[in-house]
Amino acid sequence: MRFTRTSKALGMVAIAALALTGCGAGGGSNDGASQSAGDPNKVITAYSNEPQNPLLPANTNEVYGGRVVELLFEGLRSYDANGKPVNSLAESIESPDAQNWTIKVKQGQKFTNGEAITAKTFVDSWNFAANSKNLQNNGFFFESIEGYADVSAVTTATAADGKKTTTPAPTAETMSGLTAKDDSTLTVKLAQPEADWSLRLGYSAFFPLPSAALADPKTFGENPVGNGPYKFEKTGAWVHDQSISLVKNADYSGPRESKNGGVTFKFYTDPGPAYTDLQGNNLDVTDVLPSNALKTYVTDFQDRNSTKAVATNSTLNIPGYNPNFQGEAGKLRRQALSYAINREEIAKVVFNGTRTPAKAFAPPVIDGFKEGLKGSEVLKFDAAKAKDLWAQADKIQPYDKSKPLQIASNTDGGNKEWIDAVANGFKNNLGIQAEIQPFAKFAEVLNLRKSQSLPGLSRAGWQGDYPSLYNFLGPVWATGASSNYEKYSNPQFDKLLQEGLAAKTTDEANAKFNQAQEVLFEDLPGLPLWDQARPIVWSENVVKAETGWNGGILYYNITAK
Amino acid sequence: MVRFILKRLLQVIPVFIGTTLLVYYMVFALPGDPIAALFGDRQPPQAVIDTLRSQYHLDQPFWVQYGLFLQNLFTFNLGNDFTGQPIAGSLARVFPVTAMLAVEALAIQAIFGVAFGVFAGLRRGGWFDSTVLVVSLVVIAVPTFVLGFVFQLVFGVQLGWAKPTVGANADWGSLLLPAVVLGLVSFAYVLRLTRASVSENMNADYVRTATAKGLSRPRVVIAHILRNSLIPVVTYLGANLGGLMGGAIVTEGIFNVPGVGNKLYQAVLRSEGPTIVSIVSVLVLVFVVANLLVDLLYAWLDPRIRYDQ
Repeated sequence: MRFTRTSKALGMVAIAALALTGCGAGGGSNDGASQSAGDPNKVITAYSNEPQNPLLPANTNEVYGGRVVELLFEGLRSYDANGKPVNSLAESIESPDAQNWTIKVKQGQKFTNGEAITAKTFVDSWNFAANSKNLQNNGFFFESIEGYADVSAVTTATAADGKKTTTPAPTAETMSGLTAKDDSTLTVKLAQPEADWSLRLGYSAFFPLPSAALADPKTFGENPVGNGPYKFEKTGAWVHDQSISLVKNADYSGPRESKNGGVTFKFYTDPGPAYTDLQGNNLDVTDVLPSNALKTYVTDFQDRNSTKAVATNSTLNIPGYNPNFQGEAGKLRRQALSYAINREEIAKVVFNGTRTPAKAFAPPVIDGFKEGLKGSEVLKFDAAKAKDLWAQADKIQPYDKSKPLQIASNTDGGNKEWIDAVANGFKNNLGIQAEIQPFAKFAEVLNLRKSQSLPGLSRAGWQGDYPSLYNFLGPVWATGASSNYEKYSNPQFDKLLQEGLAAKTTDEANAKFNQAQEVLFEDLPGLPLWDQARPIVWSENVVKAETGWNGGILYYNITAK
Repeated sequence: MVRFILKRLLQVIPVFIGTTLLVYYMVFALPGDPIAALFGDRQPPQAVIDTLRSQYHLDQPFWVQYGLFLQNLFTFNLGNDFTGQPIAGSLARVFPVTAMLAVEALAIQAIFGVAFGVFAGLRRGGWFDSTVLVVSLVVIAVPTFVLGFVFQLVFGVQLGWAKPTVGANADWGSLLLPAVVLGLVSFAYVLRLTRASVSENMNADYVRTATAKGLSRPRVVIAHILRNSLIPVVTYLGANLGGLMGGAIVTEGIFNVPGVGNKLYQAVLRSEGPTIVSIVSVLVLVFVVANLLVDLLYAWLDPRIRYDQ
């Protein structure tokens, strides 16, 4: 999950896009006119902002540090533009039972400081990342590996005033399931079978680290040494609050070979000046557009823009603790709310056609996505049905009309406009009072959600960490999951997820995950709203730019003119 | 003189404590958990959050937090911001940039404002005077951010005379466009102040005497009219320097200048009390010193003003 406070501040509008229904790539950019050879040695400039943490892969869970880390390091696998994992440092990844994995590591690979990368490098790096003492933000990515519970253990002390404090207290230094048999063989034993485990190996948390990083992570994170398509231009190439300069790593021989001489990330506190810079060719590419440019970027940057669907979706969550939405009446009301939202029209009018109405709890770009799941008809706008269901619910248990139905959201980044539209839909089609519950900051909404004290509904969003159906279901809706703030719980859903994880093949797993989604459609703990696409624009100095499956720009694929 | 300066410097202490306390409290009272806000929908392990919280003393009551901040301040250790960077280091990066911007803007408004003001004041009612009055009125009426966007689009994008934004490695040249925008509004005020003052002093007795003595016109204008006209202008410029340092948030935002305004904006977004208060503390010092300099300039401009009596 990579939302920074900035991207939240820009909100969903900044990453909204012109999603072409049923068609991944889009925009007016695919004419072959500008496909000149280009200059492979020129450095390109790209929009970014100050990373929040030292540049360690397992500690970077926000977008601006993430894009740098992904260029500096190469993992066992990497994702191609469509999100398909391809082996990179791994020669082969095999498992007979989805629980015991054997990974052959390519030999002769080195970090840019000359240190060799072997199976042991991965063992050390992953043990470091998972150890709770090291306080790595992405430590929980290793939770499937046997022995994770020991290295990640914590103790919780309760103060006199009832405040709880959690401190790291690992009972082991290494995960028992992780061993390097020899330089080229890495064996991983998971706590239980997980069919989609190998899909994760391209995520930055799984990148290898040189020994210097383990000895002094903070110093290392200022001047990281990696094995990816790029390296730091020099010691101190990260000028805080200003820029990070990367140059091509000539020794790199992976699937993401760089087509330019380097990337300089210029930091902007606001996307507005970056947009102006692009118009003046003073910046080469941006993936964050100011909200007022969403209507104009296609004409401002003719033939120099692209919009591609990405693995990010939005939902409207209905807390189970809200008395109006409990029991059989609550179920009917949740369905009524869903029928009362005109997703097509809001996507067209409010987002200028820059979103696509949701078809399921995961976006279509994810492998295994299936349209027309049982229960997904609630996503269609049907005013009559909405009214009817609402009336049926009122017969079972009258609706408490004393307070209007509130939708909690931070109001920056254009959230107010679509919430007003949704609330008007509720008003007109259900005859209830509905309004936005505005907050200045995302953190305030999060507080309410975490403390189970939302008075009404809440907007929520999820950006995929790795291209897998499970990633859109497990962390968000499973019982006790890290981002399941409304504490939704259904044993049947959990069971189907577990069965999916234990499946032998990806197809079998996806079938189970889609069954699990049908449980979600039955319960509707949240109403899927729409899926996003990412608009990007580029300057006259570069030939073309494109985004990957998660909306990140494929910087290595950009050629300078 | 020395006593006057010392007295003025002692006044800094209550001002300093008052402002920092107030600002610190306002940041403290902001709703939402700043550590949770660092992360998105997916929060890191609770141990990470709790460790960060105790590291930044966010688990302590307000007075303890403020006390620790003061203690750090007096031991010249400002601590780290929420991204783990030393605050002292970022202050050392952003203040020179904003100081350059402010000085450039101040120079533009002082030099052009006074020169145009003198010409307009000497030929009151002439075509130059009338033109300048209208133009300055327009400049005052248009908000800074509109001027900023227009200048950026015209000079940066369409004409290509300057880079649209500043970004990394700010220098005098790249800061010229934002400095013009930043200085323009005050330039109009300086111009109008100088004009009014000059045209008033032109009819003063000592000017008539100086002219009657047979002094040359330039000498009369520079040594007699201008010097006596500068007191209100200097007061304005002095007060304005502090404003330029702290009030450049809009201009720095439009031109992406890595200065104090941008840093402050980000720190406010992140509810970073220590960073905000550290910046404000330095700004308070700049204000106080600038005003002190203005007071000392009075004595030089007008020998009748003395501080020791």
